Amino acid sequence: MSTTMVPPVLTPRSVATADRGPERRVAETGVWIAIGTISMSFAALTSALVVRQSSGADWQHLHLPALLYVNTLVLLFSSVTLELSRRRLGSFGLHATLMLGILFLAGQGLAWRQLAAQNLHLATGPSSAFFYVFTVLHALHVLGGLGGLGLVERRLAAGVLSRTTFKAAALYWHFMAILWLYLLALLTIRG
Amino acid sequence: MAQGKGGRAVTHGAATGHAPAQSFLRRHVFSVDHKVIGRQYLDLALVAVVTGMVLSWIMRFHLGWPETPVPGLGKLAPTGAAGGVITPEFYLALMTMHGTIMVFFVLTTAPFAGFGNFFLPIHVGAEDMAFPRINMTSFWVTLAAFLVLVSAFFVGDGPPLSGWTAYAPLSAVGKDAGPGQGVGQTLWAVSIAMFCVAQLLGSLNFIATTLDLRTRGMSLARLPFATWAWFITSVIGLVAFAVLMPACILLILDRVAGTSFFIPAGLVISDRLQPHAGGSPLLWQHLFWFFGHPEVYIAILPGFGIVSQILPVFARKPLLGPRVFIVCLIAIAFLSYTVWGHHMFLSGMNPVSATLFSVPTLVITIPATIICLLWIGTLYGARLRFTTAALFALGFVSVFVSGGISGFFLAQPSTDIYLHGTYFVVAHFHFVMGVAAMFGIFAGTYFWFPKMFGRMMNETLGKWHFWLTFIGVYCVFMPMHYLGLAGNVRRYSAFTDDYLQPLIPLHRFITIAALFTGAVQLIFLFNLIRSRLRGPVAPANPWEATTLEWSTSSPPPHDNFGGHPPVVTHGPNEFGGVGPQDYVMQAEPR
Repeated sequence: MSTTMVPPVLTPRSVATADRGPERRVAETGVWIAIGTISMSFAALTSALVVRQSSGADWQHLHLPALLYVNTLVLLFSSVTLELSRRRLGSFGLHATLMLGILFLAGQGLAWRQLAAQNLHLATGPSSAFFYVFTVLHALHVLGGLGGLGLVERRLAAGVLSRTTFKAAALYWHFMAILWLYLLALLTIRG
Repeated sequence: MAQGKGGRAVTHGAATGHAPAQSFLRRHVFSVDHKVIGRQYLDLALVAVVTGMVLSWIMRFHLGWPETPVPGLGKLAPTGAAGGVITPEFYLALMTMHGTIMVFFVLTTAPFAGFGNFFLPIHVGAEDMAFPRINMTSFWVTLAAFLVLVSAFFVGDGPPLSGWTAYAPLSAVGKDAGPGQGVGQTLWAVSIAMFCVAQLLGSLNFIATTLDLRTRGMSLARLPFATWAWFITSVIGLVAFAVLMPACILLILDRVAGTSFFIPAGLVISDRLQPHAGGSPLLWQHLFWFFGHPEVYIAILPGFGIVSQILPVFARKPLLGPRVFIVCLIAIAFLSYTVWGHHMFLSGMNPVSATLFSVPTLVITIPATIICLLWIGTLYGARLRFTTAALFALGFVSVFVSGGISGFFLAQPSTDIYLHGTYFVVAHFHFVMGVAAMFGIFAGTYFWFPKMFGRMMNETLGKWHFWLTFIGVYCVFMPMHYLGLAGNVRRYSAFTDDYLQPLIPLHRFITIAALFTGAVQLIFLFNLIRSRLRGPVAPANPWEATTLEWSTSSPPPHDNFGGHPPVVTHGPNEFGGVGPQDYVMQAEPR
């Protein structure tokens, strides 16, 4: 029935910084885990696409709007600006990334409108259905990334941004670009 | 999932070091404290389990006495049970809701999210989870998912009928497929998608906390067994729920947006040609069971961990082969992703594929069997302290083995084809994941109650609860094997056909046993409430256990260790020493 309590070697305040290492990397770990699970979701949808393609004779190849390639460049460029900002801890690159991110989403919205104008809606056919599912889910994740970058911006302005938080946010943002390249390839080849 | 980046924890003090909240709402309702959130999950599971059990009672009553009205039910469900006698459709609705509530909101919520939230951070020596706000969010999303599911009782034609597996195309076509398949089924899909989000956030927190917030000296090898199990369960959940969520999205789109992911062409339901074409009903089964089989392990592995933590404490011996135990957990996690097709042997699958799914299904029994042998080996020669927690841990081993053995028969396509649609399967999964996981929850409750609430539970009531429950569950589920072998089909609302007539007396016996076992749980409920209010005050370490939660007060302070994070010097498994104290605590100075 003994209660063993460790003698207080450290003051409570020092716990965060000294005892457990100067910089905890929970944010980075969290993002890596999120990347794992998001990848799994898109892998599941990819397998669904492959199965659905062979289950019915109604698959018609969807010609992607050319605008998507412009959007791709915008997203890739936003990754570059983010990396520049992270290296120098400058806010200009961060603002640029946020603007480019918003521009990407606007571009995606425009691409959806172009498809809708051609009478290609979610329920038109299986290829259009998968196109909307993939691109909308990706856009929602990009939106989440913009929220994260907004947080980084606020912290940077307040001078309380830690490197690990910034790195975590950047990691997620770059993953969004890689995921988009994958989706674009998938939709171009099999969509 | 994007919230995963919530780096708030990093810059704000001690990893997660939030000050104790002041307002009532912040302390007890919208709390970010993992201990409050853990209790909230357990409270939710308690409400869910009572709901699910009452549903099963109504089903059992109807199976025993199909013509007799259930008193009062006619008023509660005027369409489903006019005059108190339930319709076949309403029976299916009850079955669907029972299965969904139990699997998701009890067997996943209590042993994993509930106990895991309360104890994982303490076990690793942390002040809280890695992302407390995400943790709070995941509870509230779970609660909302539960409310969305239960609301199906009160809308349109009532709850859905397509079972907890929601097989397409009936789950995908809308209200033509029967009462409850309209709004009710949509609510089901929305609820499960929300549940997936909550569990993904929860798993993310568990993994990040285990990897990053371990205190000084807490190497992976020194993690308590329950925490190892929660950690592995999180990894399983992270992959499994990541598949179910997009599957639910596709299902919702088929239902409300006119897509055809799961609905084939030329389908006529209720004399109406369905306006869909080209979809694959089997696609849903693959996606669902890719989640569904790992889900079985999500329900049971926390029980493995809890039992492995409890048995050595009461056997006063170290767990046999601690590293073997962990390797087996990892093997189970890996294999759990390779066996989903064994749920689909009846789907017209190529026999080669069936064999490919059958082999890993048989292989996965090897690590599970090794773990059972480790438990039994731990008990060998032990002078066991028969507390209620120990009894439920032993009961866990018993029911898990009973349920596991019937799995050998079902793992082989040739026997499964006969048994799959019968009560044999009902017996199998209720024992192996339902009752076993419940025994794990009970064992955890009797073991950790003193730590969670600072008061001891009543042992006499606890032992009555154990023995009556133990006998009761065997009376309920053991005869179902016999029913299944006799060809008694499952999911039917009544067995008035000639060849099933002779089995009705056995059904009545099962019904009486189920009502009895359910009534026995009132002892547990009474014990829970009375002990909470008037139980004897618990010391810090009433069971003479080793892990970190027993090094702090009962209940633990807001930051778990009163500002003095423990330094771990020992493993969790150090029992059986000589001298006045036969154990070494993890934080005991060397």
